[in-house]
Amino acid sequence: MTTATASTCPDCTETVPVPDGLRVTSIVVCPGCKVELEVIALDPTEFALAPEIEEDFGE
Amino acid sequence: MLAVLTTRVRLEERMIFTALERRGIPYEAVDDRSLVVDLQTGPEVRYRGVFNRIMSHTRSVYAARLYEAAGLQVVNSSAVIETCGDKVLTSLALVRAGLPTPRTVVAVTPDAALRAIETIGYPAVVKPTVGSWGRLLSKVNDRDAAETLVEHKQAMRSPAHSVFYVQELVDKPGRDIRAIVLGDQVVAAVYRRSEHWITNTARGATTSPCELSPDLVKLSLRAAEAVGGGMLAVDLIERSTGELLVTEVNHTMEFHGLAEVAEVDVADLVVGHVEEVLSG
Repeated sequence: MTTATASTCPDCTETVPVPDGLRVTSIVVCPGCKVELEVIALDPTEFALAPEIEEDFGE
Repeated sequence: MLAVLTTRVRLEERMIFTALERRGIPYEAVDDRSLVVDLQTGPEVRYRGVFNRIMSHTRSVYAARLYEAAGLQVVNSSAVIETCGDKVLTSLALVRAGLPTPRTVVAVTPDAALRAIETIGYPAVVKPTVGSWGRLLSKVNDRDAAETLVEHKQAMRSPAHSVFYVQELVDKPGRDIRAIVLGDQVVAAVYRRSEHWITNTARGATTSPCELSPDLVKLSLRAAEAVGGGMLAVDLIERSTGELLVTEVNHTMEFHGLAEVAEVDVADLVVGHVEEVLSG
């Protein structure tokens, strides 16, 4: 899994804002490359590329 | 402690967590990727109940079954998830209950797919049996398109894509309706409008309030009951004659579009429903 420390996108290295109320497993979108990121740690915040939507995902 | 099973923490899950915290209900968010259960001893933590928000149909059914086997109540139940997560099973339940629904024909091999499509006639709609958000829906306008679609689905080399779920295309007025059912109540409904024939918020449809008419309430409750009842989002479309048809019933409903326009706090009502079920 590709990870980065603090609030940096692991894909494009853009700084990603960390909104209040973020939790581990929250999904945010990188303002630089628009990739979806998953929060994998807090304090400091670490992001990984979010798992891809699978075929049987839905509601 | 209540377990909330999650795959991703989306807006809905964040709203649910906030509602739980506001009500002072202790909970633990359990990431489905961390779930390991020894069938002899059951889940490691003894929760008082399970609120299932897993996004994957396969994972959701198995997780629910694992907790149910340990004697825990899971909302929604594995039986309801199985029915709602599979369009063939949902349609069978709706037809069995005598509810109005688009005409549907199913073929279980690509060889029989063309006959299923031509039984419906053109234009026909072909949908995957499992999946959501309007993905891989096909409007088939003629035999050429039908042959191409069947060949492409065959090329996917997946048993699931060799099952053909074919429906009539309903000439709806550029919108469908989503009604939220919690137990024996319809708590809110919205129109979902789009210029595209797929009126799904995941595909860009916009929402606006929809009045809870007696017909809509009655049909939504009957549709929920047909699939086993619980905490459900019933999707409906209107024929040009005004007749309401049930198209699907969703078991892990998304409500971000509805929450934008609904006058009620859907997340709080959902949490209230879970508490009611678990304390009942």
